[in-house]
Amino acid sequence: MELSTSILLTIALAPLVGCVLAGFLGRFLGRAGSHSATILGVAISCGLSFYVLYQLTTGAAVNYNHNLYTWFEIGKFSASVGFLIDRLTAMMMVVVTFVSLLVHIYTIGYMKDDPGYQRFFSYISLFTFSMLMLVMSNNFMQLFFGWEAVGLVSYLLIGFWYKKPTAIYANLKAFLVNRVGDFGFLLGIAAVLFFLHTLDYATAFNDAHTLLGQKLQITSTVQWDAATVIGILLFIGAMGKSAQVPLHVWLPDSMEGPTPISALIHAATMVTAGIFMVARMSPIFELSEGALSFVMIIGATGALFTGLIGIVQNDIKRVVAYSTLSQLGYMTVALGASAYAGAVFHLMTHAFFKALLFLGAGSVIIAMHHEQDMRYMGGLRKYMPITWITMWIGSLALCGVPFFAGFYSKDAIIEAVGESHRWGAGYAYFCVLAGAFVTATYTFRQMYLTFHGKERFKVVDQHGHGHHDDHHDEDHHEPGVLHHAPKESPWVVTLPLILLAIPSLLIGYFAIQPMLYGSWFGNAIQVHEIHNVLGKLGEEFHGSLAMALHGFGQPPFWLVAAAFAITTYIYLFNPSVADKIKGALKPLWTMLDRKYWIDDVYYAVFAKGGVMLGRALWKGGDASVIDGVLVNGSASLIQRIASGVRRLQSGYLYHYAFAMILGLILLLGGYWLVGQ
Amino acid sequence: MITLAHFIVLGAVLFCIAVASLFINRKNVIVLLMSIELMLLAVNINFVAFSRFHGDPAGQVFVFFILTVAAAETAIGLAILVLLFRNRSTINIAQIDSMKG
Repeated sequence: MELSTSILLTIALAPLVGCVLAGFLGRFLGRAGSHSATILGVAISCGLSFYVLYQLTTGAAVNYNHNLYTWFEIGKFSASVGFLIDRLTAMMMVVVTFVSLLVHIYTIGYMKDDPGYQRFFSYISLFTFSMLMLVMSNNFMQLFFGWEAVGLVSYLLIGFWYKKPTAIYANLKAFLVNRVGDFGFLLGIAAVLFFLHTLDYATAFNDAHTLLGQKLQITSTVQWDAATVIGILLFIGAMGKSAQVPLHVWLPDSMEGPTPISALIHAATMVTAGIFMVARMSPIFELSEGALSFVMIIGATGALFTGLIGIVQNDIKRVVAYSTLSQLGYMTVALGASAYAGAVFHLMTHAFFKALLFLGAGSVIIAMHHEQDMRYMGGLRKYMPITWITMWIGSLALCGVPFFAGFYSKDAIIEAVGESHRWGAGYAYFCVLAGAFVTATYTFRQMYLTFHGKERFKVVDQHGHGHHDDHHDEDHHEPGVLHHAPKESPWVVTLPLILLAIPSLLIGYFAIQPMLYGSWFGNAIQVHEIHNVLGKLGEEFHGSLAMALHGFGQPPFWLVAAAFAITTYIYLFNPSVADKIKGALKPLWTMLDRKYWIDDVYYAVFAKGGVMLGRALWKGGDASVIDGVLVNGSASLIQRIASGVRRLQSGYLYHYAFAMILGLILLLGGYWLVGQ
Repeated sequence: MITLAHFIVLGAVLFCIAVASLFINRKNVIVLLMSIELMLLAVNINFVAFSRFHGDPAGQVFVFFILTVAAAETAIGLAILVLLFRNRSTINIAQIDSMKG
């Protein structure tokens, strides 16, 4: 039996309907009406996605691949809208709609006093629609549409508080950096069309082997391997969207947006689009060792070095943001090691625990009245126990402690990289292993600073200002001074935390066997036998329980334990050590605090360079050439000619008559001379 | 014996006088109109002469047309002249130079 088209269409379009209702009719529907409409839309989508996943998993339905609508036709090329639903897609659909649904519910609590309430709901539903179009696509064109649409929504949501200058700066930055990636992506799609003559996934992947041996002629002597060119160009798109070094700079700044967005878009779903895309394109990437090595090295660099920055951050959301960068690096490394299933598996577990961490951080931010600086927190566990416990679950999953979801995915990645013999695998193995220590360090530091230790905030009871917590963000008075004691967030906030904590705890244990070592993905992910590192790992796999027990004796766990011991000592027992270390390693600290000066370099080179180029074109090109020479120049030339010619017009009749006669004589004389 | 050449020379002379009077006269618009009339008459003489010489009456018919048109033209010219005088209080050509660039 095949999946029903109407179910698939409902999954994609229900959030769009919710978006339109909340966006255009939000004023009539009111707040409750808008959030009900959007939540209902996403809930329908989520329920049906689970149903589709269930059908595909039990084998009650086979993969679906049909074009539904012809968007446009140019010559022989026709762009269609269609769905390709296999298990990879179904898993992504479930992750996207499930996290999205929880974030929708959470938003009721987080944004309850915001004047842009309906707009916010409209945007996140639009995001869900776009993301579904991206993952459900059966061709590169629709993929690109979804790709750009999620980018647009990301832009809108980072700048959601559009009166905040830092938010405007951040959304512009995100948009511009993504343009760089998208340019590569578009070239990659063009290269696919050039070499394979189709944008349809199934046809392209079927014909992918014809890329072998094809060359792209760059100059008369330089030739590039077609598969490598396509792979690297497509991956440049992924680098922008999935925030890989060196296009990662936009992601930390995107934390200027509201926290639900950071959880949904900038941690759980959108940023993983690049990972999903590379996994989907596995038949093409498998053809090129060069492209995969490139992917692996870029990912490894991000996994370790962006994680290090997380250690020196004080903003609770930025720590989680850098952790996202680092985890995206892990997924990319897995892609580079041909462990596509491992990357997608980590994508899934990461979506749950990272959304949990972000929403937990948001819950803390609500309790602290929109204070995000961890230096003014501490000891919050007794005020907000649910947030505390769920965030610990998320943190342990992130660190990769055995039995938690993150352990299974991360350990599989580390081992897969260890098995890989690709160029750069040694470096990547070092990075992901060291990354485990770094991850644990910033995670435990964050947890200790936030929930444990002494309270570093004061509660000042101000009776005159009893109900003033409705103006949150911009008008912060004095750091570390609260008007109410922090309290646990309402149920709309804690319910998503609990619902996300469950998969963060359990999903790895149950899903690893089929997803990594079984053939659960079927044809969706294709790996060459010689690269099949997961296959090798699978031979040594003896069940989830054995893997977790074995994990206690492995280097990644020792590193996590070491990080746990160090951070516990520093942040619980002897906080002064942190400052001493900072003093002793001042240059290193400065380097991390300045984020390796990458932002400064980009600002100096690209932003300043752009301004200088613009100024040069304005002054040199527009003002002097176009305005000076072409526009005003032609006018003044005509004026000069005219001021000479006007002297001929004496106004005397006899001059005109004389000219006429003279002309007549000349004409007749000329005629006569010619006639001679 | 009066030949065709005499008539043509007479026409040319009249025409030249008219042209010369256009240039030499720098005073009076009426004289201008008169010299234009003279040019037309010079043309008429040619027409009549050739008509007679060729024995074709069409030329003489044409002369009548020209005389009519010339009369009409003179009437319009004089009307313009009257308006000009009313507006500018002069018919001195040297002073009528508002077309000067």
